[in-house]
Amino acid sequence: MPVTVKTFASFGEAASALSSDRSARYLGGGTLVMRALNEGDISISTVVRATDQALTRVDVASSRITLGAGVTFARILAERDLAFLHAPARSIGGPAVRNMGTVGGNLFAPTPYGDFTVALLALDATVSVQGGLGARDMAIEEFLQSRERQSGALVLAVSCQRPASADAFRYRKIARIKPKGGSVITLAAHLPSSGGRIAGARIALGSMAATQIRARAAERALEGRPLDDAAISAAAAAATEGVSPADNALGSAWYRREIVGVHLRRLLSGLE
Amino acid sequence: MTKTPLQFRHNGRDVALFVEGGVNLLVALRESIGDMTPKFGCGQGGCGACSVLIDGELHLSCLTLAEAVNGRSIQTLDGVKDGPNLHPLQRAFMEQFAAQCGYCTPGMLMAAKALLDRNPSPTRAEVIEAISGNICRCTGYEPIINAVLAAATSGRARA
Repeated sequence: MPVTVKTFASFGEAASALSSDRSARYLGGGTLVMRALNEGDISISTVVRATDQALTRVDVASSRITLGAGVTFARILAERDLAFLHAPARSIGGPAVRNMGTVGGNLFAPTPYGDFTVALLALDATVSVQGGLGARDMAIEEFLQSRERQSGALVLAVSCQRPASADAFRYRKIARIKPKGGSVITLAAHLPSSGGRIAGARIALGSMAATQIRARAAERALEGRPLDDAAISAAAAAATEGVSPADNALGSAWYRREIVGVHLRRLLSGLE
Repeated sequence: MTKTPLQFRHNGRDVALFVEGGVNLLVALRESIGDMTPKFGCGQGGCGACSVLIDGELHLSCLTLAEAVNGRSIQTLDGVKDGPNLHPLQRAFMEQFAAQCGYCTPGMLMAAKALLDRNPSPTRAEVIEAISGNICRCTGYEPIINAVLAAATSGRARA
């Protein structure tokens, strides 16, 4: 069924069009919305686009980096200053998908996709959205919890603090087809330390619930402790607390529960 | 529903056409322009059979909104050969038996061309990475990887 395509020069106009029409969807890189249209999704009657350069801006000048929602994964991989995000960006799709898929779109990608968002969740990112009532910043956790209601809002950018060291941020995606397959489990950990002890750990999991979630029990197991075998074992043992994975063709819920602790242990131990 | 006018460069030639809202670039190329080299495989971004270059960058035409390429330059496999002469990658694919049923071949060639255009001397790992978004169900990947490496090492793959 043909849809109406509305293209705007400014993100503000696009956000207004999006918030005033429940059957409108924002088209970023196309890897989600065009796929839905190709499959005949009749819930979409209007496609909204914006050509605003502000949506593709990358700001790496300070310790807090900002990525416009329209920034592609290929662009991230081309930025030397974003090396800490290269592993999650590289784990998505093949080269064509990385040339198309965007940071903003990934926030809406359902399981078994949305790997980049797992990294952003571990990094405690802030999501800037523009809705009918104006722009506001939300913690990524709050965004993900209300994701179903966010389709009427336009994501403008995400920002996060750069990890203090390369070792402080770790990422691992378990897929059956490498490197482009859907995720069996995706894990990311931000492990800031102070005086040799973990302070403010954030561990995020993909494909372990309806949206990306934090492994809070595992985080608590690490808090205030050095990252030694005992702390890692305690975190790995707590990895399944609060998860609710689903069965899909890539793995059963049972399998995901069985292996999440194993992969968390490997991630925290720095094993490949 | 009204159709939208659209203009872009297709293999070095300006084309103008009308598309229905929401139509993807693959449909526009095949049904409006008659360029059958990009193939429909999955419509989901999983197979790479519809790969084309947009302003020199590898994209999936089935996931590209046709209207979004207004004013841009599209290259498909149809525009890769030089007159009657095959592109070095095409010759290498023939010599290395890198095509069997041939359905994935246009996408493989465009992914390989996107690689060699920016990296004329790729490693084997880089070739594997470059075609990782393209699925082949007949030859397996070895002859395809060998063909891309052969085209590169022979130094003939200048676009």
